[in-house]
Amino acid sequence: MPLLEIQNLSVDFATAHGKFRAVDGVNLTVDPGETVAIVGESGSGKSVSMLALMGLLPWTATITADRMALDGRDLLTMSKRQRRSLAGKDIAMIFQEPMTSLNPCFTVGFQIDEILKTHMSLTRKERDRRAIELMSLVGIPSPESRLSAFPHQLSGGMSQRVMIAMMIACNPRLLIADEPTTALDVTIQAQILELLLTLQQETGMALVLITHDMGVVAETAQRVVVQYAGQQVEARPVLDLFDMPRHPYTQALLAALPERATSQHLPSIPGVVPGQFDRPAGCLFNPRCEYATDLCRSTPPVVRDGALCHMPLDDAGNPTQPKILAEAAS
Amino acid sequence: MFRYTLNKVALTIPTLIGVTIVAFAFIRLLPGDPILLLAGERGVTEERYTQLAAQFGFDQPLWQQYLIFMGNLLQGDLGNSFVTKQPVLTEFLARFPATLELSIFAMLLALIVGLPAGVIAAVRRGTFFDHTLMTVSLTGYSMPIFWWGLLLIILFSSILGWTPVSGRISVMYFFDMPTGLMTIDALFSGDKGAFRSALSHLILPSIALGTIPMAVIARQTRSAILEVLGEDYIRTARAKGISAWRIVGLHALRNALITVVTVIGLQVGVLFAGAILTETIFAWPGIGKWMIDSIYRRDYQVVQGGLILIAGIVMIVNLIVDFLYGLINPRIRHTRG
Repeated sequence: MPLLEIQNLSVDFATAHGKFRAVDGVNLTVDPGETVAIVGESGSGKSVSMLALMGLLPWTATITADRMALDGRDLLTMSKRQRRSLAGKDIAMIFQEPMTSLNPCFTVGFQIDEILKTHMSLTRKERDRRAIELMSLVGIPSPESRLSAFPHQLSGGMSQRVMIAMMIACNPRLLIADEPTTALDVTIQAQILELLLTLQQETGMALVLITHDMGVVAETAQRVVVQYAGQQVEARPVLDLFDMPRHPYTQALLAALPERATSQHLPSIPGVVPGQFDRPAGCLFNPRCEYATDLCRSTPPVVRDGALCHMPLDDAGNPTQPKILAEAAS
Repeated sequence: MFRYTLNKVALTIPTLIGVTIVAFAFIRLLPGDPILLLAGERGVTEERYTQLAAQFGFDQPLWQQYLIFMGNLLQGDLGNSFVTKQPVLTEFLARFPATLELSIFAMLLALIVGLPAGVIAAVRRGTFFDHTLMTVSLTGYSMPIFWWGLLLIILFSSILGWTPVSGRISVMYFFDMPTGLMTIDALFSGDKGAFRSALSHLILPSIALGTIPMAVIARQTRSAILEVLGEDYIRTARAKGISAWRIVGLHALRNALITVVTVIGLQVGVLFAGAILTETIFAWPGIGKWMIDSIYRRDYQVVQGGLILIAGIVMIVNLIVDFLYGLINPRIRHTRG
């Protein structure tokens, strides 16, 4: 049984100009101990879909899904209280900005202690011991003295380590890491990523890694979900996806990796992710897609070959015939 | 922390000097001659007038009068009242407990109502409660104290008869007052009736005086909490599965208090300004009423001395607030340590 099942998740935000659909029909399953990466540009709904799972979206958001379950337990029908008892215990999440994600008014020790106190029935002494153990687990030097430090006394990398220590405190089954290295130094990025993977292997928790760095995906994940403008455009095992991308967007993302560049200039994808007011008709990616046809500009695609595309790419990376034409030909 | 303290204290000196100039100059800008006012309807002969003017030092040029005043002030001498001949400091100390008691009750009322109201309004933003509170607090903030105080007296004292009209305690009670705070002294005297009387006399003045700080605190708390609730660390706290009331009451409030405490400190100045009106309406024998009476009598020494003392207290309170600020906000404590 998968640990996490999400079917047809959509999130709408009520804005001053009407509804805006930030996440559109996303599916995700995560098996115990598995690492799944969600990639996509900024504004593709990666974070929002995971915040919806955590129940952390503001009240302006409306969440709909056919199914959302953790370990077979239905999250949709659960009371708020039950949902809260899962957050921080069974599912935990770390965020993009470690420097602002810790409360500036409380010491590191207090903030780690708080999550232990909320979910575990431990004595004060046991909690203290656990906090020190967690701090050394995430590689913080002299953990005893760091417990009384305030967040502003820590660097970004240290803050993220504290966040990780705090969020794995109750041995979660699933850890969601929302671009955990984006705000950090390049040298620190690798360390934090390394730490996450080590912890995952040691504890056996599943990891959902939100990122826009394809390089990170290749190093870490077993499966990849590519999101674009709130839609899931491709979801496949990592090696297949890297070797033979089916969706033109995935292909373009991979082509933009420096290590894959064949010419002097790094290829890029022209344009930006559509927002609330410039959503195109048909396929949402069509204005930026080099293979777009009139069909793509008029009709929304359905999933074919694991990709949300009228003409998913073949193994050689060339677009195939649209289904309607293919059927007509046969 | 020591340097931080020294810095803060040093910064009050120029302000205090400014206060002495303002206090000295403004009362003298008012038309009216203290000697003629002192003489009353019978008037005064020219000879006697010159004699009195020389006695009070009014025959000297203004700048010299100021220097004399400053010289005495530096020796801790605020001068004597023209009218009562008592030292200004003695008169002040006799009346200050009344004002202190009134201010404490007004501030407590403002905090007890204002803080929770602001927090609830922030959490329930956009609801009926929020809109009502914001409207009521704006009304309260805009209500002139003299008008609001009279309305309270008319309703609660005249029509309903629930509270006394004026004064600090019913005349039938008498006891020693070591602290000068009527409620506490009444409590120590062991007379329950006296305590109840003292308390009932405090209710209306406290409401009249506390309304503006209450409105300001409620609005400031609301906006501070709203701002804090959007912060990343609140999302973290929710991701930890902490209960909603703990998130608002601990994680959000603790951060919001940083701004609210500053506002509370500033309200102390507002309280003293309001005390002048409140004490006049409710015949409350505190420094506000004392100042007003002295201004009517052109009692220069009392007005300038009283102003300096009040300004000094406001500054001390704000200094204390600055240190509280350091206690609440660890970033300040460490960076300036």
